[in-house]
Amino acid sequence: MPSFENLGFMKILVCISKAPDTTSKIAFVDNNTRFDENGVQYIVNPYDEWYSLVRALEIKETIGGNVTIITVGTATDEAVIRKALAIGADDAVRIDADPTDAYYTAVQIAEYAKTNGFDLVLTGKETINYNGSQVGGMIAEALDLPFISLASKLDVNGTTLTLEKEIVGGLQVVEVALPAVVSCAKGMAEQRIPNMRGIMAARTKPLQVVAPVAVDLLTSYEGYSMPAAKSACKMIDPSNMDELVALLHNEAKVI
Amino acid sequence: MSVLVYINSANGLHKSAFEAVTYGKKLGGDVTVITTGNTDSGTLASLGKYGASKVLVDRSFKGEDDQQLTRVIASAAEQTAASTVVFSHDLTAKAVAPRLSVRLKAGLVSGAIDVPSGDGTVKVNVFSGKAFGAVKVNSGKKIISLLPNSLQPEETGVDCGVEDFNGNAGESKVKVLSTKKPEGEIPLPEAELVVSAGRGLKGPENWGIVEDLAKALGAATACSRPVADIGWRPHHEHVGQTGVAIRPNLYIAAGISGAIQHLAGVNGSKVMVVINTDPEAPFFKAADYGVIGDAFEVLPKLTEAVKKFKASGN
Ligand SMILES: Cc1cc2nc3c(=O)[nH]c(=O)nc-3n(C[C@H](O)[C@H](O)[C@H](O)COP(=O)(O)OP(=O)(O)OC[C@H]3O[C@@H](n4cnc5c(N)ncnc54)[C@H](O)[C@@H]3O)c2cc1C
Repeated sequence: MPSFENLGFMKILVCISKAPDTTSKIAFVDNNTRFDENGVQYIVNPYDEWYSLVRALEIKETIGGNVTIITVGTATDEAVIRKALAIGADDAVRIDADPTDAYYTAVQIAEYAKTNGFDLVLTGKETINYNGSQVGGMIAEALDLPFISLASKLDVNGTTLTLEKEIVGGLQVVEVALPAVVSCAKGMAEQRIPNMRGIMAARTKPLQVVAPVAVDLLTSYEGYSMPAAKSACKMIDPSNMDELVALLHNEAKVI
Repeated sequence: MSVLVYINSANGLHKSAFEAVTYGKKLGGDVTVITTGNTDSGTLASLGKYGASKVLVDRSFKGEDDQQLTRVIASAAEQTAASTVVFSHDLTAKAVAPRLSVRLKAGLVSGAIDVPSGDGTVKVNVFSGKAFGAVKVNSGKKIISLLPNSLQPEETGVDCGVEDFNGNAGESKVKVLSTKKPEGEIPLPEAELVVSAGRGLKGPENWGIVEDLAKALGAATACSRPVADIGWRPHHEHVGQTGVAIRPNLYIAAGISGAIQHLAGVNGSKVMVVINTDPEAPFFKAADYGVIGDAFEVLPKLTEAVKKFKASGN
């Protein structure tokens, strides 16, 4: 799948998901089987926007290349796609389907990546609505490529990447040859605010709509529920921390 | 039914390992553990107490490359004809479980917080902890990765046998240049007690009072996002919607306003204590115990009270 037409040109695919604005009211309809989208503002999933997209743009700006964003979604998701284009991606692909689970989404993206050849595929750490952290690893396995998960730094040296990533209880610096799949976490880049020129340019950037391939649905969300309401907060006198400790021990039983 | 549980034993066995085996046992059927590396067989045998009937260990594979580890776990799943593979939902699982899902064509449930309910669905956090989802796996094979601190490990049996296993890890495409592991710190996602502070602490030089309380309690430390952004605290301490999501037994928050994005990462905590000068701080609405007061006075007092409590034999 590597393109490497020349070494100063990287083809980067950035996977974008929409996510409800972080202040959205979370509620469900249809007997608690569907997220209530009423009044919900969708944004580009922050990890995809702040970290993977911006790092892809920085790589392109320093060594040259092309940044394609890809999303599996319906026509209503095009506003979110335009926002990512306004930040600076060159072109966009929308796989025309409702992304029912991570496996479905990953297989669609892997199929597109296989046919079109990319040096680097980036995803965000996770989405802020389903928090699965699944898509990146699934794409990597489907393409039989190495996957660097939760990278906080990514540098390109010719045809290899040097990355810093979180591991259980620490950090690791690793090196991997392209092509590769990387999921991007905090530290990778700084958020960019699109400017007027970017927003105007985004309107005319190419957006290709691709038909989905057939994929088995391995999982499905059957229903949703809300956490039980908290009982009222018990106020403790700031000069009486012995009382707080006693409550934590005797009442809450957590210490 | 056969259940395979992957355990990361690189740094010995932790509570999350006992939780995962207990979970596997609760699924019903025969539980086999697969692990890799150097941990001695005597230690691994203790997983039998939590319900494993056998531990397979690939001693030839010591790395942490997710592609290799996926191959090892897949061969163990094949050998044991596992219908469900269980992980503890840590950083290794986040890299390996999705790969394994594609390799085995097994539906993956990430971050399960309970055993499957009567209708077979598995409860997970969605919308960064603001709601729960019930996930059904439609495929014959399943993978479930269990969020740490979601159930209590249960000792029901005795030590089990430990067998060498060759999972044919194959080649690694990833070269590790260096590894940094801070010694002695409690990993935040696994911590049962967490002391956290925000912008109300005014500067990194003031974190001593936060660390003192954490030390007295044996707690891990965390912080709000702005505090990590300005570099007062390391990024891995940042909790919330765009940071680490945690569910400790006790979360103590000092000088944190309780913005919705912060709450999203901590509202799975069993008990929350909030210390804030502002009686209107939104965090009080989510708290179990509230202290309206100056963190600079309250934290040292609380530390003293904890020390006194511990000294009295608790
Ligand atoms: C998309 C998005 C994602 C975000 N993700 C996260 C996230 O993951 N995690 C996160 O934490 N935030 C996140 N935020 C930021 C969040 O909205 C808040 O801005 C942030 O949590 C506030 O941090 P804070 O409470 O430390 O600071 P502030 O809001 O400044 O609050 C400081 C608090 O300290 C109190 N205080 C001041 N002095 C004292 C004192 N001496 N003693 C006691 N109390 C005192 C004040 O009354 C105040 O309540 C996100 C925002 C957005 C838009």
